[in-house]
Amino acid sequence: MTLKTEPFVLNIGPAHPSTHGVCRLKARLDGEVITDLECVFGYLHRGIEKLAEERTYTGIIPLTDRLDYLAAMSNNLAYCLSVEKLAGITVPERAHYLRVIMAELQRIASHLIAVGAFLNDCGAFMTPILYMLREREKILDLFEMASGQRLTYNYMRIGGVSQDVPEEFLPALTKFVDEMPAHIDEYDRLLAENEILLARAKGVGILPAELAVNISAGGPVLRASGVRWDIRKADPYTIYDRFQFDIPTGTVGDCYDRYRVRVLEMRQSIRILKQALEQIPAGPSRSAVPQLVRPPAGEAYARIEAPKGELGFYLVSDTSIAPYRCHIRAPSLINLTALRDMIVGWKIADAIIIFGSIDICMGEVDR
Amino acid sequence: MKFERYGLGIAKGLAITFSYLFRRPITVQYPEQRLNTSRRIRGNELVWSREKCTGCATCAKACPIGAIDIVTAPNLVNNRYAVEKYQVDTGYCIQCGLCVEACPFAALFMGYDYERAKYRRNELVQNKEDMMLESGEKHTSGYFYPELAAKLPRQTLLIDRITEDRTTEGK
Amino acid sequence: MTLLNPVFQLESSWKALPPDWPGGFFWHWLVFTVIILAFVLSVVMAFIWLERRGLGRIQARLGPNRVGPFGLLQPVADAVKVLLKEDIVPFDADKIVHWLAPVVAFTPVMMMFAVIPFQNGALLADLNIGILYFVAISSISTVGIFMAGWGSSNKYSLLSAMRDVASVVSYEIPVVLATAGVVLLAGSLSLNQIVLAQNIPFILLQPLGFLLFFIGACAEINRAPFDLLEADSELTAGFHTEYSGMKFALFYLVEYAEALAVSAIIATLFLGGWRGPFLPPWLWFLIKIFAVFFVIFWIRGTVPRVRIDQLMALAWKFLLPLALLNLLITAIEVLIWPGTLPWLLIFVNIAIMIVLVLLWSRFFKLGWGKVEV
Repeated sequence: MTLKTEPFVLNIGPAHPSTHGVCRLKARLDGEVITDLECVFGYLHRGIEKLAEERTYTGIIPLTDRLDYLAAMSNNLAYCLSVEKLAGITVPERAHYLRVIMAELQRIASHLIAVGAFLNDCGAFMTPILYMLREREKILDLFEMASGQRLTYNYMRIGGVSQDVPEEFLPALTKFVDEMPAHIDEYDRLLAENEILLARAKGVGILPAELAVNISAGGPVLRASGVRWDIRKADPYTIYDRFQFDIPTGTVGDCYDRYRVRVLEMRQSIRILKQALEQIPAGPSRSAVPQLVRPPAGEAYARIEAPKGELGFYLVSDTSIAPYRCHIRAPSLINLTALRDMIVGWKIADAIIIFGSIDICMGEVDR
Repeated sequence: MKFERYGLGIAKGLAITFSYLFRRPITVQYPEQRLNTSRRIRGNELVWSREKCTGCATCAKACPIGAIDIVTAPNLVNNRYAVEKYQVDTGYCIQCGLCVEACPFAALFMGYDYERAKYRRNELVQNKEDMMLESGEKHTSGYFYPELAAKLPRQTLLIDRITEDRTTEGK
Repeated sequence: MTLLNPVFQLESSWKALPPDWPGGFFWHWLVFTVIILAFVLSVVMAFIWLERRGLGRIQARLGPNRVGPFGLLQPVADAVKVLLKEDIVPFDADKIVHWLAPVVAFTPVMMMFAVIPFQNGALLADLNIGILYFVAISSISTVGIFMAGWGSSNKYSLLSAMRDVASVVSYEIPVVLATAGVVLLAGSLSLNQIVLAQNIPFILLQPLGFLLFFIGACAEINRAPFDLLEADSELTAGFHTEYSGMKFALFYLVEYAEALAVSAIIATLFLGGWRGPFLPPWLWFLIKIFAVFFVIFWIRGTVPRVRIDQLMALAWKFLLPLALLNLLITAIEVLIWPGTLPWLLIFVNIAIMIVLVLLWSRFFKLGWGKVEV
C-alpha cells in the first residue's frame, strides 16, 4: 500500500522578506520539493520606456536612475553612451576617467548588497550584510560628495559628467581604496569557508554554461558558469582598454560560484580604481552640448557591463528633442528566464537562495 | 590524507564576530548627534533669488516632470518680466537639479535643509515668498555652484572614523 | 550506590543535603515554586536584553538603548506591547487546537526547572530519575508546536511545524546518548548527584559528549544554526505566523525559556553546576548559565542556517554514530580503569574526539539534495 500525497501550490508572494522586491513565485510543491515554478512579475511597472518618449534627452537621465536603483551610475552611463553614439558627441579625457571611477565604485557598492543579501537569505542573521552596508556607506558618502544624493545621482550628462568632483574627493577615494581590500579579506574569513555555507550553496542551482549562453545571460551569472565574457574586455567602451584587470570566472555555475565571482570582481574593481587614480588628468569635465540636444535621425545601441549583466539602451531618434523610442535591455529580466531550470528539483530553502544569488533588481525587470 | 571541512571555517567566523564585541559601534544617535551633509546636497526645496530672476522660465522647461509653475506679466519699467507666481510643488519634485543647471542667470539654488516633513500634502507646495533667497532664512546648497559650496561646513565621512561627539555647527 | 563503582570518589564534605528543609514539605514546595517562576521570568528577560545588545555589538551597532538606561527596560516594553495587542484568530482555524497550542507548548518548559539544582539540595524535587524526567518532559512542547502549525490553517505554518517535529524526533536520540555518558561517569540520574560528582567538570572528561549535547540541544530548541522553523527569510514566521497578543508572547517565552533550560542543563551536566570557589553557589550557577547562553547567541550571529534535509542528515549520520561510539568508549573507560589519574583520561578523551570528528568530516558531501522531477 503506497501513501497518497498531493502536490500543492505555494505562493511565495509579492510581499516576502526575501524576494528582493516585488516578485511572485508560484511554486508547485510535493512535500518540500519544488516540482514546478512560475515567476510572475510586473508589480513595479512604471512605464519608463513610454515616459522616455515625452522627455528631453537630458530629462531622461533622472528616469534612468530609477531603473536599477542599486546601481544608478551604471544606468546613467549606459544611457549617456547611447546618446553620444547617436549624436556623435565626444567627451573630454577627465570626464572619461571620472565616469570609470564612478562606474567601478558603483560596481563595488552593488556587489556588496548582492553578496550581503545572499548571505542574509542563507540565514546568517544580518551580520554579514551589516558589515557590508558599512562599506557601502563609505561609497555612498563619496557619491554624495560628488553629486549631492545617495541613491539617485543624476550625475552623468550627455557630453561628460555634471560637475567636476570637489577637491576632497580624490584623497577620500584614495583612503577608501587603501583600506577596502582588508575589509574584503575580513568577509572572506567570516564566511567563505564556513561549512554550513558550503553545504547550502555548493552544487545548488547549477546553471550549465550552454544554457547560460543560450538565454543570453550576462554578468556574474554567466561568468560563474565558466564562460569568459566581459563587455569591458570584449567590446570596450569609454577607456577600459587602458586598464589592466582580470575577469574572474567560476567552474560549475552554482550559487557558491556566483558568490565567489562577485567577491573577486570587487577586488578587480579596486585594481581598476587604483590605476584610474594614478592616470586621471586635469581638464574640463563636460563638453559643450546644447541644453536641448537634437541628434540626427537614426538609431543606436550602446551597452555596458553593469554589475548585474549587460545593460543596453536602444534609442531611435527622429531629430526632435525627445527620442522616438527608447528600449532598455535589462540584464535582470534576461537572467531571470533561467530561474525555472535552476530551481526545479530543489527545496524551498534552496529556491530562496538561488533567487538571491542571481541578484535581480525588480526596478529593472519591470521598468 | 587531507582533512577539510571539519569546523575550521566556523571557528574563524566566530573569532571575527568575537573581535567585534570590542570595537566601537559606528552608530550615530540621530536626533542628538547629526552628521554634516554633503555640500552639494540636493535638498528638499528650492531657493529662488527674486532680484536675479527674469522670468525666462528655462527652469520650468528643463524640469522633467513639470513641477515648476511660473506666471509672468510684462513690466515695462525695467524691460523685464514681473514674476507674479513662482510655485514649486516639492512633493512632486524629484530633486534632480536640472532646473538649477539650466538657469542662465544663476537665480535658482537647491536647498540645504533636509528636515522638512509636513503633516499635510498641500503644505509642501512652495510659493514665491517661501523660497526667496533675499529673506535671509533660506540656506542654499552648493550644488552646481562651487563658490557657494566652499562656504558650507565639510561633510562628515565614515571613512574618517566619525567619533560620537561630532555635531554640526549651528544646528 | 549503583552497580558500577563510580570512578571518582566523592569528597566527604560535599554530602547531599536532605530535601526536607526547615518547615516541612509543603513550605519547601511553595518557596521553590515561587523561586522557579521568578527565576525563569526574570532571567528570560535578562536573556532577551542580553541577546539584543550582544547581537548589536557583534554587528557593529548599538542594541536598544532608548527605553531605560542602556535599554534595560526593553523586555518590559516588549511585554507590555505584546499584552496590549489584539488577539486575532484566523477564520478557518481549528479554534480549540489554536487556543490550546501555546499552553501545551509552555507548560512543559516550566516543569523542566523542577529538577535543576541551584545549590546543594536546592531543587524543587530531588528526583532520583532527574535527567530522564528532563528528557521526557522536553519532548511534550513539540506537540504544542505542531498543534500551532495545524491549527493556523496556513500552509507556511504547517510546513514549519512538520519540519519541527521531524527535527526534534531526530535529535532526541543523540542527546539522550550523550547524557548517558555523563550518567555513567556520575553513577546516578539525579542532577544533584551529578553535580556533586564533578570534582573535575565533565566537559573535560567527556568533550565529545559535550559537543554532541550542545549541537543536539541547539537543534531541539530551534536556535541558530537550526532555526529553520522561524526562518524569517524563508517562511515569514513559521508556526507562530498567525499568533498575536498574549499567545505570541507565550511562544516567544517558550523559545527563551527552553534556551534557559538547556543552558542550565549544560551548566549542570558538563560545567559543574553550582560548584566553584569564593562566590556563593547560586552566583556561580548564574555565571555559567550566562556563559552558555553567550555562546549560543554568538553562534547565532555568525553562522548561516542549514536546510531541513541537511539537519536530518546531521542527526542521523553524524551525531548518532558518534554518540554510540562515545557511550561505548565511556563504558569501557569506566569498567577498565576505575581510579585512574583523571588527567590521562582527559587527554585520551580529547584526542579521541579530535580523531573522530576529523574522520567523520571525510563523509561530508556537498551538493546533494536535488530530486529528479
